[in-house]
Amino acid sequence: MSRPEELAPPEIFYNDSESKKYTESTRVQHIQAKMTLRALELLNIPDNSFILDIGCGSGLSGEILSEEGGHMWCGVDISPSMLATGLTRDLKGDLMLQDMGVGIPFRAGSFDAAISISAIQWLCNADTSYNDPKRRTMRFFNTLFAALKKGGKFVAQFYPKNDDQVDQILQAAKVAGFNGGLVIDDPESKKNKKFYLVLTSGSPNSQEEQVNLHGVTMDATELGEPMTNRARRTKRGKEIESSKSFINRKKELMRRRGRKVAQDSKFTGRKRRPRF
Amino acid sequence: MKLLTTNFLKCSVQSCDTSNDNFPLSYSAQSTLARDESIEFNAAFLLKILDRVDWPAVVTVAGELGNSGLPATKPVLSSGDVAQLGDDELALLRDLHVLLVQTTLVEGEMKCRNCGHTYYIKNGIPNLLLPPHLA
Repeated sequence: MSRPEELAPPEIFYNDSESKKYTESTRVQHIQAKMTLRALELLNIPDNSFILDIGCGSGLSGEILSEEGGHMWCGVDISPSMLATGLTRDLKGDLMLQDMGVGIPFRAGSFDAAISISAIQWLCNADTSYNDPKRRTMRFFNTLFAALKKGGKFVAQFYPKNDDQVDQILQAAKVAGFNGGLVIDDPESKKNKKFYLVLTSGSPNSQEEQVNLHGVTMDATELGEPMTNRARRTKRGKEIESSKSFINRKKELMRRRGRKVAQDSKFTGRKRRPRF
Repeated sequence: MKLLTTNFLKCSVQSCDTSNDNFPLSYSAQSTLARDESIEFNAAFLLKILDRVDWPAVVTVAGELGNSGLPATKPVLSSGDVAQLGDDELALLRDLHVLLVQTTLVEGEMKCRNCGHTYYIKNGIPNLLLPPHLA
């Protein structure tokens, strides 16, 4: 699958035709809506809050913020075409043209929460000779931390290219002073796997204002473990895994991904004899 | 851009971060204002945001945009619960709604008081992008 991040900088990639295509595609709308609702569920904020939407685009996610719980929102995005498309859509929130890597230009304690759907992976790109992804990521998290109120929360769904990008983003968030980590939905599925960065600034006032991690398996360590195990195995070579256990492992994986898999029997992984 | 947003927006230039003059931005008197009546009155939200509003900044910005009739002190409400507010206070909140949420800046300019950088607002969208030497 191609990554738009590898094709062009966001303000160039999302031109007039691409913005229109993106906003009008029912598939994109559906996915964006689902992810926004999931992010709101993770945020667990009271109704009528003031929210910042980073990478709001044409306001697909903002619309849902207005509908669910009457939140007021401000959106920033770097693509003029996307914002222009948003203007035609009768949005309740404010739109602003801003590059998140330059900073979040709001005074301290402005927002109850911030949300970002499919945007912050762009921070890891160096689009011009003078921008340094590391510095931009740091600047982004530092200014965001300041713009959120004490106990404010930030949930960002993003598409990391590799584990390095995840580390880079988590590291920057930690240095900026955020607490929190990564929630991975559908970790077994390659296609539907979704990364949510869930961060809080400072400690929330009461128990009920904590982020909603209901139904989330604390995967961060568990997920790290089998990966390193597998890496060790491949390093030592194939001898360690018999073909039978390889077949069983793959069948188990496909079963977990919800595919139709033949039942296991004593013949699984056996060679078919020539007389058969 | 809503008038409420002007109460939170500051200059995005990094060297202005340490200055006290980067908020509020100075708005040009020639700006075009409009009233967007499509946004419904939400008393609970206004009550919540009123705590965070920097009232002197509201007065300054409204003065620059041509409304100098605002009271110098922030209106105080008797209760944080919408159900317990009297009719007078609800009327006050409605006025605040018209002022902060329904009033929008459509075209105009805003300038940082510290570095003097001018940001332009077009079609209600402020352009906060910085030229490479400032970013």
